[in-house]
Amino acid sequence: MNTKTAKIAKPRKNALVMFIHKMGSPPWFYNFTGKFIPWLWLIFGVLAAWGLYLGLVKGPADYLQGESVRIIYLHVPAAWMSMLIYSTMAVMAFIALVWRIRIVEILAMTSAPIGAAFTIVTLTAGSLWGRPTWGTYWVWDARLTSELVLLFLYLGVIGLYNAIDEPRKAARAACLLSLVGAVNLPIIHYSVKWWNTLHQGSSISLLGGSSIDASILWPMLIVAVAAKFFYAANLLTRARVKLLEQDMRKGWVRDVLKEKN
Amino acid sequence: MSAQVAGGSLSGAFFALLRRDLLLAFRRRTELLFPVIFLLVVISLFPLGIGPSPQLLARIAPGVIWIAALLATVISLDALFRSDFEDGSLEQFVISGHPLTLISLAKIVAHWLVAGLPIVLLSPLLALWMNLPTESLGVMILTLALGTPILSLIGSIGVGLTISLKRGGQLLSLLVFPLYVPILIIATAAVMAASDGLPYTQFLGLLLAGLITSVTLAPFAAAAALKISLS
Repeated sequence: MNTKTAKIAKPRKNALVMFIHKMGSPPWFYNFTGKFIPWLWLIFGVLAAWGLYLGLVKGPADYLQGESVRIIYLHVPAAWMSMLIYSTMAVMAFIALVWRIRIVEILAMTSAPIGAAFTIVTLTAGSLWGRPTWGTYWVWDARLTSELVLLFLYLGVIGLYNAIDEPRKAARAACLLSLVGAVNLPIIHYSVKWWNTLHQGSSISLLGGSSIDASILWPMLIVAVAAKFFYAANLLTRARVKLLEQDMRKGWVRDVLKEKN
Repeated sequence: MSAQVAGGSLSGAFFALLRRDLLLAFRRRTELLFPVIFLLVVISLFPLGIGPSPQLLARIAPGVIWIAALLATVISLDALFRSDFEDGSLEQFVISGHPLTLISLAKIVAHWLVAGLPIVLLSPLLALWMNLPTESLGVMILTLALGTPILSLIGSIGVGLTISLKRGGQLLSLLVFPLYVPILIIATAAVMAASDGLPYTQFLGLLLAGLITSVTLAPFAAAAALKISLS
């Protein structure tokens, strides 16, 4: 019995485990994230401005696509984010369901609207780029279709979360749904990819392998990194608001509000 | 131990619940017919909407029949746990000590027998209406026989999640249709391949794989969803 308690007690001295334990506490999470959220926004602003300046102002126009090539500085990072956020959400959903940590539930659920927004940006920017380049706003290309299905999955998670009144129950139901979606997403992706190649031969590829020039690649990568900081900053800001909302009647929120006034 | 009382063993509980659900369904025969009638009406709308050209109908037949099957399944899905949830039997099942996964599976099987099997049985008539070539009729029936159980299985997760909502039905379609995309693609591809005289067994293999995977995983997810909804 003694050895067992010692085994449990020992990892608590570990700084990382301590940190994770502390992050599970709402007041601690609130105060800790409050300190570095401004920095995340700042880094995002600087990187986004730098990347977009390089891409939109300094960078050359493509000799085939003309000025419309500049849309991809928004489109490609948004597309990456739409998929990254879904996988992040699914991992957090798994953690939330297994260990029932409320902060992680909130983080998973606040990821969904951000991911959906990135998906909409991807689809819209892609359509606007497709019009001058492919001559049409929409084709049932494999990538477009799986992105559209991804948007539906996001909307399902958001819809379910908002439909159930009790916040923790809503979060757990929507977390389970996002996990089911995560299991299905690769199947959907490959079936759609295969469906398209079946129907119209080789599909139009957005980026032809290594044919991308460094003058386009670098600004795009900078914007992509900026998008990650945007996600982190936006996520934490939203999560803090959600936390205040849910704990409205708790003591620590009253203390926080007292400090503010 | 295993053969004590009916309902005492796992298989006993499974078959008792299956029998009960089928009995309940057949006591309400008119309700049983709604999804089937819905299917017939939806299919009959297509020739009216796009014209009666036999070639055109034959071309779109697999897609139309399969989409109608998806819609009919989603309409009938709400009945899967709804009445048990409302009269409290679902809570009794949970505290009965039998695994909720097994209970979900029994209810899913009952749902398929009541809502999915009629679609399979009706498909020759639907194929006739849509002018589907006779040589691909067999494949059509096979895809429906393999595919509709997957629809019930995946759908059960959605029902489990939305059961505590008053108007869960509208949300349910948003939750499950994206998950049905691969089944729709593979099943219609099989029928189209058969119509064009191409090999189609690989598609049936994929559907069978999907069926086996979803039988293995979906009842667990459905049980987890029910537990969240009942908490």
